[in-house]
Amino acid sequence: MHMADALVAPAVAATMYLASGTAGGYSIRRVRMEDDAKKIPLMGVMGAFVFAAQMINFTIPGTGSSGHLCGGMLLSALLGPCAGFLTMIGVLLIQCLLFADGGLLALGCNVWNMAFYGCFVGALLIWRPIMKKGATKGKIVLASVLGSVLTLQLGAFSVTLETLASGITELPFGVFVATMQPIHLAIGTVEGLITAAVLVFVHEARPELLWGVGETASEGKLTFKNTLIVLAAGAALIGGVLSLFASAFPDGLEWSMEKVAGTTELSSAGGVYDVLAAVQEKTALLPDYAFKGSESAAGTSFSGIVGAVIVIAVCVGCCQLFRFFKKQR
Amino acid sequence: MNKFDRAIHEIQTMDSMAERDQWVNRIHPLVKLFITVFYIATVVSFPRYALTGLLGMCLYPILLFSAAELSFGESLYRLRIVLLLVCAVGVWNPFFDRTVYAQIGSFAVTGGMVSMLTLMAKGIFTVLAAYLLIATTTIEKICYALRLLHIPKLFVTQVLLIYRYITVLLAEAERMSQAYALRAPGQKGIHHKVWGTFLGGLLLRSMDRAQELYESMCVRGYRGEFYYGNRQRVKAADIAYLLLVAAGILLFRFVPVFEVVGSLFV
Repeated sequence: MHMADALVAPAVAATMYLASGTAGGYSIRRVRMEDDAKKIPLMGVMGAFVFAAQMINFTIPGTGSSGHLCGGMLLSALLGPCAGFLTMIGVLLIQCLLFADGGLLALGCNVWNMAFYGCFVGALLIWRPIMKKGATKGKIVLASVLGSVLTLQLGAFSVTLETLASGITELPFGVFVATMQPIHLAIGTVEGLITAAVLVFVHEARPELLWGVGETASEGKLTFKNTLIVLAAGAALIGGVLSLFASAFPDGLEWSMEKVAGTTELSSAGGVYDVLAAVQEKTALLPDYAFKGSESAAGTSFSGIVGAVIVIAVCVGCCQLFRFFKKQR
Repeated sequence: MNKFDRAIHEIQTMDSMAERDQWVNRIHPLVKLFITVFYIATVVSFPRYALTGLLGMCLYPILLFSAAELSFGESLYRLRIVLLLVCAVGVWNPFFDRTVYAQIGSFAVTGGMVSMLTLMAKGIFTVLAAYLLIATTTIEKICYALRLLHIPKLFVTQVLLIYRYITVLLAEAERMSQAYALRAPGQKGIHHKVWGTFLGGLLLRSMDRAQELYESMCVRGYRGEFYYGNRQRVKAADIAYLLLVAAGILLFRFVPVFEVVGSLFV
């Protein structure tokens, strides 16, 4: 589910960085408040554990294939949502830098799609409510599978929205969703079963390591009930109120122009306008996502390709000369 | 070489490349981080049909590969994941976008084809940029740059610890997997009956290792705060590099340099 940089537009990437950064800032504040010096080394080693565990293949019963662990749900069940979230960000950052698994610009999207849902939604809306009155084998399996399936579904849906918002694919929304969701339903189920197997083992061997078991839901500020209220209020606000403004009024620039000039579209001619229009005409490679003219289009592209070959050849030649003279010295 | 060995080898190779004494490696990490992010953001900002304009962005990786004396072949391995993903998304474009974009003889180049190629080029360029960053800058220096950007110490320290322990735990997971494979020949992956004990065993050992790590850190004076020693100052050469590269990127983003050069010959 790791998104590459090529799949996101800068605006989408910035928005998701902001969203993930906010969740990261909140998590850092919560972990600092816990004031547990042991937690940082534990988070570091657990991050490395998730990394190593992702490389192990697990045979899926009844099929010839194998699956692997992703880790968000597992980390939050052991470290709690905030520490788990920060650990997952660390894992995703190293994966993107060292193994090109996910992009640097798309990191905000990947953190949101994989870490936020896995750690916050999975831990606070599923794991903790189920474990409120103590853990049993059945509850752990239920929470792990339900949590993994739900969080992967949310993550896959977010990938679809982010890709479509970036204007990358021509795939219709329905087809894209219908492709992404079933695949991640299967992946989520396998992930859930592996997570459940590990957590059941931990519960039997060292039950004190599990997070949120036997805690009352009223502890802490971000309780299950509060989270639901915040989410419901947010959904109502965006869906019911803000969308009305989005559809009824022009955007900020058009509004300003209407106030000043009485129209949302200004027509100008002469002087600076003509100069800038000429510059724009010359510099815009594909105005309105189309060629300037069908006949000149092929010529322009051909010029571009010829130019590319020449400039690249000159650069490569210069580099080779530079290397040659460096070796001579 | 199995995938554990390959991952360990990849990390060690990256480490040794980043620690070389090249002038690109000596550039301030904050400058390299900024340029990388700026380059990636510029590449992805090209419109979907702007293939000829986008081609200009290939000069940055070409020049930096040469300046840093890096092998282009080694970086190709990293492209496998991205190309697969990008192709999976972009391959549908020719089917849905059949607008004729250009005609080459009797062959009609559709908008979908161009947007697919643009997407692939973006995928390749962005991966190469990230590769150039990590191949010329150690993780410690990237973390130092993150600290200069006021990313909290808690997070940066945790990233460093993950990085340091990856190879240790990969080696441990490899030993366990090999031991299992020797006792279960011909079996693909770990049997579902031992999923819990296998991974749970590694997990508990990792947690014990974290406890030992914490104790050894305490012995060396750790009281919840990490201190960073060698501070690298931004020099005039770093600023010159930053301005020059940023200007080059902006030039190729807003001026069709290739077309201008090509029109001189065609």
